[in-house]
Parts: sequence; structure tokens; C-alpha cells
Amino acid sequence: MTVEERKGSRDQFPVGMRVLAVDDDPICLKLLEALLVRCQYSVTTTDKAITALKLLRENKDKFDLVISDVHMPDMDGFKLLELIGLEMDLPVIMLSANGETQTVMKGITHGACDYLLKPVRIEELRNIWQHVIRRRKFERRCDNDPDSREDGQKAHIGSSEDGQGVADHNGQSNKKRKDQIEFDEDDSEDNMQENEDPSTQKKPRVVWTVELHRKFVAAVNQLGIDKAVPKKILDLMNVEKLTRENVASHLQKYRLYLKRLSAVAGHQASLVAAVGGRNPSYLHMSSLSGLRNYSTLGGSRQLPTLGSLQLNGLGRINGPSTLGMHGLLPSQTVQLVGLHKNASNPCDDIGKIQRIALPGNHQVNLHQGMPRNSELEQFQQPLLMQESKDHLPASLYGSGLASGPCSGSFPNVPDNALLLQENKQRNQPGGLGKPSSVRMSSSSSELYKIDLPDVSQFPNITDRCNDSWQGAVGSTDYSANTLHISLSHNDFSPGNIGGKFSSMNSHAATKALDESPRVAAGSGGQNRVRPLNENTIAMPAGVNKDPKFSNFNVIGNSGQKWDYTFNSNVISSTSSNSLLPNLRITDAATQCQTPGSVFSNKRLDVDAIGQVHFGPPLVTQNCIIDKSTGDSQLNFRSEYALETASLPSGLNSDGCSFDDLVNAMIKTVDVAHYSLG
Amino acid sequence: MSLMALREQLNGLVNSMFLEGLLDDQFEQLQMLQDESSPGFIAELITLFCGDSERILAELTKLLDQAVVDYQKVDAFVHQLKGSSSSVGAQHVKLACVQFRQFCEEHNKEGLKGIYFFRCLRALNVVKHEYYLLRGKFDTMLQLEQRIQAYESKQQI
Repeated sequence: MTVEERKGSRDQFPVGMRVLAVDDDPICLKLLEALLVRCQYSVTTTDKAITALKLLRENKDKFDLVISDVHMPDMDGFKLLELIGLEMDLPVIMLSANGETQTVMKGITHGACDYLLKPVRIEELRNIWQHVIRRRKFERRCDNDPDSREDGQKAHIGSSEDGQGVADHNGQSNKKRKDQIEFDEDDSEDNMQENEDPSTQKKPRVVWTVELHRKFVAAVNQLGIDKAVPKKILDLMNVEKLTRENVASHLQKYRLYLKRLSAVAGHQASLVAAVGGRNPSYLHMSSLSGLRNYSTLGGSRQLPTLGSLQLNGLGRINGPSTLGMHGLLPSQTVQLVGLHKNASNPCDDIGKIQRIALPGNHQVNLHQGMPRNSELEQFQQPLLMQESKDHLPASLYGSGLASGPCSGSFPNVPDNALLLQENKQRNQPGGLGKPSSVRMSSSSSELYKIDLPDVSQFPNITDRCNDSWQGAVGSTDYSANTLHISLSHNDFSPGNIGGKFSSMNSHAATKALDESPRVAAGSGGQNRVRPLNENTIAMPAGVNKDPKFSNFNVIGNSGQKWDYTFNSNVISSTSSNSLLPNLRITDAATQCQTPGSVFSNKRLDVDAIGQVHFGPPLVTQNCIIDKSTGDSQLNFRSEYALETASLPSGLNSDGCSFDDLVNAMIKTVDVAHYSLG
Repeated sequence: MSLMALREQLNGLVNSMFLEGLLDDQFEQLQMLQDESSPGFIAELITLFCGDSERILAELTKLLDQAVVDYQKVDAFVHQLKGSSSSVGAQHVKLACVQFRQFCEEHNKEGLKGIYFFRCLRALNVVKHEYYLLRGKFDTMLQLEQRIQAYESKQQI
């Protein structure tokens, strides 16, 4: 079509309205196209959601409306809906043969402006243009109202088209619209000159690119989700040509999104909490709203989100005052987060985490009598954490964790964590530091470790996240790593740990598996204890990326120390079960190298610990921590159950408290200690 | 056969299909959409529908043939078939799909795998039966259409 033609058709809005139709069913798509053409719209069709997104991203102004099927093979229709709403802010109509209330409700909560049932009738399609108009008017309104002079603004809004379209087409709707927007008529004259094309808005529509959204999320996180007001966000973002209104409407959408996530994540949160690795997913789900954050953040950013998850998870762990770590844990995680956050060395961080994770693995072996490398790694974690501490604040913010619910915990934690770390570092080359002080830290560090895995996962996440919202979930890598650490902490020898990490993931998993059976034999049933140790160690294995175990090596000694507190106990794992669970986790974690795995590992750890359920929501794998040693390995591998339903019987994920876990762990550790010799 | 006779035959066929319930209002919409600008619209759509349906039916047969049936996939396919059949107005096929889906869901809920498996099998057979019945008539319909259009283009020439 020539420019003139297009313009002409646009003037007669809704004639010529540009619709993008997405449906994987060729018959429905063809029919829809025919119907839309009959309504005189300008139609583009595609059977792939991904193609649709690509088309939309190429040119945000290319379409006025999107109609999408709900069930599609390459991407869920609701997800597409969300993405479009956030990135392009176009009205989206859902289409489905399924008219169940729940599904329709889902469409609404995801932001669809309408929901049509197949087979779609032409009468229904004749009215869909209203959604375009409505959105435009409201957008303009929002943007304008805050401004001092609405009239001027309105003119820009391009109410001209509204005036035209509305007036021309539907008397009723016109009237309504006019009532809403008083100046339409006044402005229409001005508008006419400015913008005759109904489809194009006078006001340059803001396209929320991933980059922009990332900044937005960073700003929101920095301010705190509760305190985030458009004006401040706008200031923080410091983007030209972005108005407060744009930010306001985007914020609104974002809040809805988070709400939805948290609702979903709510029940999973507990599960996730424990598992650091899963944080990304967890975050996603949890109120942390990290998911968004980090998906947009990318790379290092993602870590922070993980951290936040971890924090959450750790926060829960606060239960066990016995360990006295809980306070630390959050910080630990936070720190870890920070660790990662530092974009500067995401790899390093990851590596560290990995290292930490590795020790975990070793531990597993260790308690079998293997080297204590894992311990080292664990300790290293604290070190790492410390480093990250600085970054933490930044990272936290970046990830938005800070702003999220976790933020509350942060203040306390960082200090503690830092403290621990310092202790560790100072006292021991290994990194654990004084036994006594370290002890606590170790426990906390263990906890941290748990986090770490999560954190490490961040890197993974970043990798995976691309720029999709779901990105966070992607990083499952760490899960595997994380497991390793937790288990091995008892016997980790600094040196080994480092080296082992690199190979950890797989090792950890297997080791964990190996361990667990043994452990199971030993103890008898307290899975919990195990998890603690193991979990902690299970550094975000996912991080495979960078086996910088050097840190761990240093910690090696400390790792051993750690032993004293938990490791030995755990390792000996009085209850095979307890160990098993841990092992399982690791196994699962290691196994799960996939994005999902990271999460799962984390989860397991947490679960083992008790109520810390990180359970990355997104983790697809279901870590099932069963008591049965034999099967545990398999179970883990195959499933990371967020629900952690599988938590060993001894360990009642719902019921056991952190204290119980700790106790269990200690018991098991003792046993293990003995067995390990 | 004369053009008129052909047209009569076609109309008769379509009407009988409406009466029997093989086709519903949606088909009327298709008829409405077919006009001078898109004379082959119905033929195209129906051909697409037949091809796609047969593909889905083959998949369903395969799925139900497995040792362990993945009912989620079965449900997904049936859902798709339901969508496309309702889009072309194939009423009986659509209803059979609805029934089938119900069985799939019940199967999941009840857990009485044995019973529901057979019910699903039966439901699939019903769908197949209805589809092939419709398919036969569609074939005839398309043939008539083709001949009519050949006639018309001849006449135009």
C-alpha cells in the first residue's frame, strides 16, 4: 500500500486498523484473517508466537492490535500477552475454544483487553477497534492529567483521531469518549492538523524495550517497590523523552505482573526459599519481583535477584536460632547477590560460587572419608560474600531484591554476613576463620551457601534469561553446583574443592548420590540435618562457568572447621535419610544442570533445612527428596519438586522448623563424623 | 450436467448436511465470506481442515496406542481439533471432540485408568467416524464446486 492509501484508510479508523493475528491452528488463522479482512482491517498473520514477537519488536508502531490464541505450541498465549503488554503496550485480544471461567479470568489478569471464543463471529470482530481507542485515550489521559495543562497535552495525544474516529463511527462510543475526554472536541481541530492518522498517536508512544524496562526495574528496586513513585522512578531512570505518565502506566502494569507472580509464587515461596539456586525462579514468583528485575537486568543482575530469593529462603531459615545464623543468612545471600551483582566479575563470583558448590560435592564424598575440599569451598563462600558485600547494595537494588520484600532483611544481614566472612577469612586461610566464630558463620555460611547456589545461579540465569521475563527462571545451572557444596562441606579440603568444582556439577551430583545412600544407612532418618550442611555447600553449582576455586582452596581449612560444626555431624548424618535428602538435592542439583536444576538444588537445600523453601518456581524439575536412599538419586534427577513434597519423611518440609533441621543435622553430622572418621 | 443441475445438487447437499447437523451456523459464515473476491475460500478452508484433522487423528491414534498414555497431549490435540472443527462449522465432529475431552479430563480425575482409557478410545473412534462421514460429503461438495466453477469460467470465456 502506498503511503497515501494507508493514510487514507487510517483516517477512516477503524477501517484499516492494523491487526496482528497469531494462531497455531491454520484453519482458525485463515478464518480469522478472512473475517478481519471482511471488517476492513489490515491484517498480518503468523502461526508462531515467536514470529509475532519479532514482528512487534521490529517496529512497535506497526500494529494497533494483536489477536492471539491461547494454546500455542511454541509459547503460551498468556505469556505472549504479558510480553506484549509490557514491551509494546498494545491491546491484546485472546482467542480460544476454551471458554472456561478460569481461563478467561487468567486472560484478564494477564492483561488481555478482551477474550473471544472460537469460533469467532464477525460481529464480534467488528467491535474490536474500541480497544485500540480506549487504550489510547486512557494513556493520553494518564499522561496528560498529571501535567499541568491538559489541553495542550490532549492535543498531542492525538485525540484528533479519537474525535474523528469516534465521531465518525459510533455515535454512542463517541459520546462516551467525549464525555471522558472533554477537550476532545476542543482539541480535535488542533489535533486534526497535527495528527490525522488515527492509528498514529501524536504523542510518541513509548516503547518499553528490554533495556528501558531494565532501568525501570532497577529504579523500582532501588526505591523499593512500595515506595516507588513514578516521579522518582523517572528521575532515577534518567531517560530522555520519558514522561511521568509513561512511567506511571508502566508501573501499574508492572505491579499487576508482580502481584500475579507473587500470588503464584506464594505457595511455592516456602519451597523455594531453601533452595538458593532456584532463586531466580523463586524470585520470579516471590514478591521479590526479582524475576522481572533480573530478567531485564541480565547478567550479573540476575544474580542479585537470586540473592533476593535466597534471602527469602534464608530469611525463613531464621527459624533456627540455634544456628544463630539466620540473620546472617539473609545477608549472606544478599552478599552473594552482591557478589554476583557486581557485574564486574560476574564470572568470578560465579566461579566462587561454583567453588563453593564444589566443596559441597566433595563433602558428600568426604563424609565418606573424602577430602575436605568442599569445606573449603564453603568457606570460600563467605569470603566471596564478603566481597560482594560492597556490591550487594548495588546488586540488590539492581536485582530489585533490595527493594523487594527482602530488603528488610538486608540491613541486618549484610553486616553479619560480612562479619562472618571476615572471621572466616581472617581466622583461616581456608576462609572459615575462627572456629568458634566461624562456626556460627559456617552455619550461616552454610546457609549462605545455600544462597550461593542461588547466587551462582544468577549467572546462569542471566545467561538464560535473555531478555524475556522468564529469564530468571532459566538459570538452573546452579542447582547442580550448589548441591555439591552442601554435602561436602564436612570434608572439604580447600585445595580440592577448588579443583573439583569445575567438574563439580556432574560430580556433585553423583557424589551426592553416592553419599546419600551411605548417609542414609548411617543415620536413620534425619534428612534435615543433612540438607543444612549440604545445602549450604551446594553452592550454586549452576555456576559452572568459572571454577575459581582458589577461594575455596583457601577456605579449605575453614572448611574443615566447618566440619566441626555441621559437617561432621551432617556428614555422619545420623540419618541416612537426612543425608540423603541432601544428597539428593545435590544430585538433583548436579543433575539438573539445566536451568531448572539450579533451582531445584536450592530448593532441596532449603527444604532440608526446614522451612526454607526456595523452590524456584520455575524449576521444572521436581526434586523429590525422598527418604529412600536408593531412589533419591533418581528422583532428584528427574524431578525437582518445588513443593518439596518429597522431603524426607523425617523432614517435614512444612512442619519442620529450622531448629529441627539444625538439630537433625547436628545429629547426623555426629554420626557422619564418626563414620567418616 | 448442466450448471443449474450442478448448483442444485450442491445446494441440496449442503442443505442436507445442515439438516443432519453435520454443519452448523458457522458454515454459513464461511459461505458469507466466500464471494467474488475469494471464490475458493470455502474450498481452501475445507481442504486445510481435512488435512489438519487427519494429521491430528493420526497423532491421537498413536498417542492412545502407547503403553503409557500421555493424556495431556491427547487433550491438547483434541482441543485443537475441536477448535478447527468449530471454525469450519463441523458440528458433529466438534461435539465428538467435546465428549472426548471430557473423557480425558475424567480420566485424570478419576484415576481409573483402565475404564477411561477405553472410553477415550471409543471417543476417538466416534470422532473419526464423524470426521470421515463429513469428509466424504465435503469431497463431494468440493467436486461439485469445482465443476461449477469450471462451468462458470467457461461461460465467462
